[in-house]
Amino acid sequence: MLRHIISLLLENESGALSRVAGLFSARGYNIESLTVAPTEDETLSRMTIVTTGSDEIIEQITKQLNKLIDVVKLVDLTEGRHIEREMMLIKVATNGSDQREELMRLADIFRGNIIDVTDASYTIELTGESEKLDAFIDTLAKMNILETVRSGVMGISRGEKGLHL
Amino acid sequence: MELSGGDILVRFLKDEGVEHIFGYPGGAVLHIYDALYKQDDVKHILVRHEQGATHAADGYARATGKPGVVLVTSGPGATNAVTGIATAYMDSIPMVVITGQVPRAVIGSDAFQEVDSVGITRPCVKHNFLVNDVSELAATLKKAFYVATTGRPGPVVVDIPKDVTDPNVKVPYTYPETVEMRSYNPVVKGHPGQIKKAVDMIVAAKRPMIYTGGGVVLGNASAELTEFVRLLGYPITQTLMGLGSYPATDQQYVGMLGMHGTYEANMAMHECDTLIAIGARFDDRVTGKIAEFCPSAKIIHIDIDPASISKTVRVDVPIVGDVSAVLTDMIGQVKAGKARPDQSALGQWWEQIEKWRGEDCLGYDRNSPLIKPQFVIEKLWEVTGGDAIVASDVGQHQMFAAQYYKFDKPNKWLNSGGLGTMGFGLPAGLGAKLAYPDQDVAVVTGEASIQMCIQELGTATQYDLPVKVINLNNRYMGMVRQWQQFFYESRYSHSYMDAIPDFVKLAESYGHVGMLIDKPEDVEGALREAFAMKDRLVFMDFITDQEENVYPMIAAGKGQHEMHLHSDNERELA
Ligand SMILES: Cc1cc2nc3c(=O)[nH]c(=O)nc-3n(C[C@H](O)[C@H](O)[C@H](O)COP(=O)(O)OP(=O)(O)OC[C@H]3O[C@@H](n4cnc5c(N)ncnc54)[C@H](O)[C@@H]3O)c2cc1C
Ligand SMILES: Cc1ncc(C[n+]2csc(CCOP(=O)(O)OP(=O)(O)O)c2C)c(N)n1
Ligand SMILES: [Mg+2]
Repeated sequence: MLRHIISLLLENESGALSRVAGLFSARGYNIESLTVAPTEDETLSRMTIVTTGSDEIIEQITKQLNKLIDVVKLVDLTEGRHIEREMMLIKVATNGSDQREELMRLADIFRGNIIDVTDASYTIELTGESEKLDAFIDTLAKMNILETVRSGVMGISRGEKGLHL
Repeated sequence: MELSGGDILVRFLKDEGVEHIFGYPGGAVLHIYDALYKQDDVKHILVRHEQGATHAADGYARATGKPGVVLVTSGPGATNAVTGIATAYMDSIPMVVITGQVPRAVIGSDAFQEVDSVGITRPCVKHNFLVNDVSELAATLKKAFYVATTGRPGPVVVDIPKDVTDPNVKVPYTYPETVEMRSYNPVVKGHPGQIKKAVDMIVAAKRPMIYTGGGVVLGNASAELTEFVRLLGYPITQTLMGLGSYPATDQQYVGMLGMHGTYEANMAMHECDTLIAIGARFDDRVTGKIAEFCPSAKIIHIDIDPASISKTVRVDVPIVGDVSAVLTDMIGQVKAGKARPDQSALGQWWEQIEKWRGEDCLGYDRNSPLIKPQFVIEKLWEVTGGDAIVASDVGQHQMFAAQYYKFDKPNKWLNSGGLGTMGFGLPAGLGAKLAYPDQDVAVVTGEASIQMCIQELGTATQYDLPVKVINLNNRYMGMVRQWQQFFYESRYSHSYMDAIPDFVKLAESYGHVGMLIDKPEDVEGALREAFAMKDRLVFMDFITDQEENVYPMIAAGKGQHEMHLHSDNERELA
């Protein structure tokens, strides 16, 4: 049961997202995360899906995705060298100056930015691999987390080759 | 030329070569119906229920190879069509279904007769479209026909909001000759390296087996398949969907395989060392228990859809491509190569297969005082010279038709295999009869199935479609009863239907001929009489042995070699 990051170029049409999401639910495939946004070419969206499954299941997933008429191109990033990133916004209650100091220090260690400040809270922006975001949350175990928002994973291959038409 | 959306639609159908469409009107498609009224190039067949429209278009497609076309209104029109769309989807049948939609301005407001047709049909279509602007209509329709008929065929839905067909909004129309879709490029030619590898394996086989399916019918590759099989001298079996693409009366044919396939076909599958799968999708009714499927075989699989390959069974040599193109390449390579099949090994293999064949697994009690359903099908085959189009419903009668009607040609056997949709038979038969008025069309059905779309007897009257209905009336949902007998200790829970109508009177009330046949000695004469009435629909109600079962049978989840033959095994099964 390996984790795979599958990147797609998708026709930027209404309904394309539901075709992909519907495929996963109808066939019982896992989705850990799914992100989608337009690309520099306005007719295309780029989607990144993180999924887990045996080799056979991943093979079926990529074949079934390729079969969708709205899917223009597909790559399983985990088959080659690649970079993955996820962004998190996390709002933490701050109780006194000790905690505020501590949080600033931790954010610094994790190369996060404090992007919003109130008397009683900090909101931190953090980017990295998912594990790093998990680790940051673990580090805050004793603090009062008010809210977390994660973007889901995006990925790109290393080197000059890219996923484009 | 400036035309309204409604006129564009009708004009496009004509330009696309569509002669018949099957439909049912309603508010959202009234502009289109008005456009139909003004012409007579495209003929509209008014069905009695939208499910009937989809099955009739489907039967038309299965018999002709051309796409079936359906026109229904929004809301209930579209939802009634869903069963037929799913039926076509499971069997990869090319079909274009045009659904009306509420006007664009009110989409999403729970408007009268609004359903999200694109959303509802998404999981059971090859693709679907919502037409957002009349200027896109012709191009979208072209794409729909292109997608439906190329690659692995399938149904495509085009949802058209009512205002897109407004007679007062006209735009220029020219028939789009070509279509461009960057994300859809089905493969036709097989990979030469893979083909070479496969051919080497095929000629080196000692116990080869050829297993073919619906893909050969869909790919119109009967001639290539027949040449390939004869060239090699190997045994061939076909799935329920492949029947007719290789002649059933030929010696090399060992019968259908799978749950109700022949003993020889399933045993040969189980014992073969090289399996050549052609346009078949390793369905669970065929494989049985995957872990015990073809245990000693290397598997070659030719299929146009990569997703069919290694989906349930891992294969050794996958070949993505169109059957006809790939078989042509293979035939060429076998002929050009020096290697030839090992005749002594092949001889031994055939000897073994003939022993299995000697079991006569399709034997049944020919001396019964009751009408045996198998006997009716055998006589049907004789009376029609083995050349009728046979449309079937779903149940025991379907299996008897598949086992005992020896199809020698493709596109003659129309049945719902993947979805197993009761109600399919009659409308599908009507669709085929419309396409081939001069051919005999038999609808083999059961007293339960026929009642699911029986209203289409009216369509048959209106359009003069004289099919012959062969109702194998066992007063049971026989297939359900059989499973209850075997697996639920004969607790026949709700598989008996009381208050079955008098089918003779029912047929007569629609203006047809009804016949009741309840003695074996009357079967042949009645069939001859019915088929002699070329211009009448004859509804033949055969009162058959109530508790006959379909044999052989491999229980669900069992291995291919764990077959049960004849009724003396019944106790063992239960
Ligand atoms: C009551 C009941 C009992 C049944 N019992 C049996 C049974 O005993 N035996 C049996 O076989 N079935 C049985 N079935 C049917 C079964 O459910 C499946 O529908 C059937 O086995 C599938 O047939 P197939 O593999 O030929 O695939 P199809 O559904 O016909 O699929 C065709 C395959 O060919 C491919 N293809 C299409 N066009 C081309 C082309 N041009 N070139 C290459 N490839 C192409 C497609 O991608 C697909 O993979 C039963 C059904 C019912 C309702
Ligand atoms: C629409 C639909 N509902 C239910 C079933 C389940 N089913 C399969 S066969 C069958 C019984 C069919 O009875 P009949 O038409 O009399 O045929 P027989 O098996 O008796 O020949 C049923 C209910 C189905 N295939 N399709
Ligand atoms: Mg019955």
